[in-house]
Amino acid sequence: MTNPLARARGHGSAKSGVHHWIAQRATAVFLLFLLGWMGYAMFMLAAADHAAAQAFIARPFNAALLILLLIMLFYHAMLGLQVVIEDYVHRPAMELTLHLLTRAGAWLGMALGIVNVLKIALGA
Amino acid sequence: MKAKRRPLSPFMIGPYYKPQLTSLMSIAHRASGVFLSLVAAPLLLWWIIAVSSGPEAYRALSGFFSGWFGRLLLAASLLGLFYHLFNGIRHLVWDTGRALEIRDAYRAGFLVLAATALATVGMLGVLLWA
Repeated sequence: MTNPLARARGHGSAKSGVHHWIAQRATAVFLLFLLGWMGYAMFMLAAADHAAAQAFIARPFNAALLILLLIMLFYHAMLGLQVVIEDYVHRPAMELTLHLLTRAGAWLGMALGIVNVLKIALGA
Repeated sequence: MKAKRRPLSPFMIGPYYKPQLTSLMSIAHRASGVFLSLVAAPLLLWWIIAVSSGPEAYRALSGFFSGWFGRLLLAASLLGLFYHLFNGIRHLVWDTGRALEIRDAYRAGFLVLAATALATVGMLGVLLWA
């Protein structure tokens, strides 16, 4: 006899909704702290020239937080846009296209941001 | 048999529905989230790429943000960010099952609006004054 859970998994409401729900909120909590730091960074860099901004991001702690911010921000944005598309776009072809664009945009933004922070931090 | 035209639940926008603070703030949470994803996040990326590209690219960015359109985008991004952030905290509190009474939802709503206005004006002042 199989466990009833085995029959339920992957069907009906037992898909990935809970993971999406939790990930949306977990990234939100991380972003609260990371954006607090970002506010401090904007405060410090409000009148900064290029050299000052470069020096700020190049500090390992700042670079690490900026990379974390990029990961959480684009992931959170991707999950949010996904729900908006699911709620308002009902033509299947259009919906699929927008989902793919959202995901491509989010991963690309994340990768571009991280590569550039690393470039600044490693002084390349 | 002709189907009876039964009343539908009223669409939220229009003459049959009195807007409430809670529903308007809910749709504003979504709208600000979409705006932040499509406008503010790319601006953050542009800042990072400009710093990594060199002084010339950074000057172009500074020039953009000292113009009226750049300042408008910056102001809108800060407004959207602070609103989404403070209202997001309100949502996280709700998710724990707290403050769900109508009175609490309104109180927290007004608190979010006040905090958003204060923080936006404050941060904008710092950035434009500098």
